[in-house]
Amino acid sequence: MIKKSLTAAAVATLVMTGSVGAQSARDRIHIVGSSTVYPFATVVAENFGRSTSFKTPVIESTGSGGGLKLFCAGVGVEHPDVTNSSRRIKASEVELCASHGVNEIVEVKIGYDGIVMANDKKAPGYQLTRKDIFLALAKAVPNGAATGVDSMIANPYKTWKDVNPDLPDVKIEVLGPPPTSGTRDAFVELAMEGGCKSFEWIKALKKADKSAYKSVCHTVREDGAYIEAGENDNLIVQKLQANPNALGIFGFSFLDQNADKIKGNAIDGVIPTFDDIADGRYPVSRPLYFYVKAAHVGVIPGIPEYLAEFTSDKAWGPDGYLSDRGLIPMPETERGQFAKAAKSLQPLKLAAN
Amino acid sequence: MSNTSNAKREKGAGSKTASRAMDKVHASLRKRYRAEKRFRAYGLISVVVGILFLVVLMASILAKGYPAFRQTFITLDVYLDPGVIDPEGSRDAEVLRLADYNRLVRGSLQIIFPDASGRTERRKLVALVSNGAPFQIQGLVMEDPSLVGQTLTLEVPASGDLDMLMKGRIDRSLPESERRLSDLQIGWVDTLIEQGRIHKRWNKALMTRGDSRDPEMAGIWGAVKGSFYMLVVTLLLSFPIGVAAAVYLDEFAPRNRWTDLIEININNLAAVPSIVFGLLGLAVFLNFFGMPRSAPLVGGLVLAVMTLPTVIISSRAALTSVPPSIREAALGMGASKMQATFHHVVPLAIPGMLTGTIIGMARALGESAPLLMIGMVAFIVDVPQGFMDPATALPVQIYLWADSPERAFVERTSAAILVLLAFLIAMNALAIYLRRRFERRW
Repeated sequence: MIKKSLTAAAVATLVMTGSVGAQSARDRIHIVGSSTVYPFATVVAENFGRSTSFKTPVIESTGSGGGLKLFCAGVGVEHPDVTNSSRRIKASEVELCASHGVNEIVEVKIGYDGIVMANDKKAPGYQLTRKDIFLALAKAVPNGAATGVDSMIANPYKTWKDVNPDLPDVKIEVLGPPPTSGTRDAFVELAMEGGCKSFEWIKALKKADKSAYKSVCHTVREDGAYIEAGENDNLIVQKLQANPNALGIFGFSFLDQNADKIKGNAIDGVIPTFDDIADGRYPVSRPLYFYVKAAHVGVIPGIPEYLAEFTSDKAWGPDGYLSDRGLIPMPETERGQFAKAAKSLQPLKLAAN
Repeated sequence: MSNTSNAKREKGAGSKTASRAMDKVHASLRKRYRAEKRFRAYGLISVVVGILFLVVLMASILAKGYPAFRQTFITLDVYLDPGVIDPEGSRDAEVLRLADYNRLVRGSLQIIFPDASGRTERRKLVALVSNGAPFQIQGLVMEDPSLVGQTLTLEVPASGDLDMLMKGRIDRSLPESERRLSDLQIGWVDTLIEQGRIHKRWNKALMTRGDSRDPEMAGIWGAVKGSFYMLVVTLLLSFPIGVAAAVYLDEFAPRNRWTDLIEININNLAAVPSIVFGLLGLAVFLNFFGMPRSAPLVGGLVLAVMTLPTVIISSRAALTSVPPSIREAALGMGASKMQATFHHVVPLAIPGMLTGTIIGMARALGESAPLLMIGMVAFIVDVPQGFMDPATALPVQIYLWADSPERAFVERTSAAILVLLAFLIAMNALAIYLRRRFERRW
């Protein structure tokens, strides 16, 4: 037995030293980041792996914020080469990157994703406005009774009819992603803040006190009307089928795949369809990005070729394979501009804001 | 003594009291029998409810999962046009790799359906065939370049949507806008069926390939191999270390505050949530030792740390169950402490230790939470070839597929669950077999 454990210890040490040696070389691209971009990036990675002699990149779904944290941790083979993001990189993240020596970041926008509020096919359709969404889901809403006084009260609305007399008399129940999700960030920013701004005095607050404005517009109610349903969008789809009164928040690609079970509701009079999101008529759509560490180009094989695959028209074009998966393509000029940036590895410069 | 007193009481005190006592006994007896019956009924009900849940769970997984083991294929006559594949005739591997095999697939479909015209219609036509089909042809050509110029009759996998239609998961009666396949496409499919070009076959890809975003090309072999490599590392580390620790603690260690403390901590470690071990792995193996992310080696190390307490506890239980007379007899015959332990006690305890280890390994096989932190929850297409290659594990693959939007992944998720369950049942059966075969009762 002692012999055995000695061998085990020997194996363990051998294995550990071996791994440190193996660390110096990595022959495949390592990608982290958003779970929203994951279904698109994986398709590109697979096609890239099959049609070139490079190995297929490894893609981890860590969420946008988690991905950028890993990405900015440093330069070197142990750090990822690319991170996907369902929102733009923040100035604070660029600083974090710079403090770890990650200076040249190439930004590539890949297209748009619509965020839909869907419900069961058999349930009645909702004609929502962003203001309705804000009033239904915010933690505090403007005091309706005393319109003259600009004050907030805890959200009193129980049914959609309370929010807007034109909406059905159904309890407010919305299934959506948790705060760690990029989809949630984008939904809060586009739908809730969009509705929040429709109150003049809140809009004025933006200039006066930005953090107060944010807490008013971005805080989701916690009394059970908004139900955090986890990151698994398939699960939300199933729950919507089981509960026709509930609405669910998720990316357009899940609506696209489940059009026989659920339907998207109109927001500001526009029903989420591929064309209306591409035209920008549907108000709740956001751009998707990925960021490349320029310092790794030439160290890890295949990065320029991966970028070329991603930015080719057969991938992200209007008839490309990504649009089959539900990615809303960018207009041609924008595609050309980002394809050029990706090709020349033009480093990102954030405008000071 | 009691007999006489009883008799006296019966005679003297009169039979009234006695019969009252007996009535009481009878009455309470009935009550006690009823209580026992009730308890038995409760027990039976809980067993039945448990079995019912299990049956419902298994039935739903089986019903969803078994169709995934068969996959729809389309028979196509593909002309390997030298003008498309290799116009210059160099037969260079790189030229063959980069050729436009999509065009060949499109061409062979267009021979069957010459009236599909226009860009959208042609796209819809190609959408019937898997994205993997061109790569299947690519593989054939690269293996044998002399095929170029011939016409091959190939069975190519159908797309996930067509597969779902053939399995009845797409409802033809729904309006066109709510289906993944249009009326036109369903018309084509019917023609293909009439021509006998559509077959359902054993889904080989599911068992032999790595992950893919095309459901019809996705397989669990990559995940199975990843799990295998991890479990090898886990077994190699946790069994010897766990057994050594148990033998020392049980047979050699002095009983004092320190060993008590160690014992309590081992028991506590067994109850620590597995994600904590993942965080430990991230901090120690990745950040401190600088090991690569997504490697089965690191996964195995983390799982070994996680299973160690289980192995130690079960090994100690096995050692304790060896009767002290064995030790005493060995020592009495003049064996040293070490000889008594290793020649007599440990061999008798080995079956119990193995059982505990296998159950610990089965638990490790089903874990996904600790792997999240060390980068094994990832999209990995290439099947891992060693301990350092990026890999995922079976439960992780199930999680990733369950989260995929494509409809055809639903049944593949269930199929992967079935495979995982098969492995778990096999491992537990092995544990039971070992126990039955080698365990000695005292």
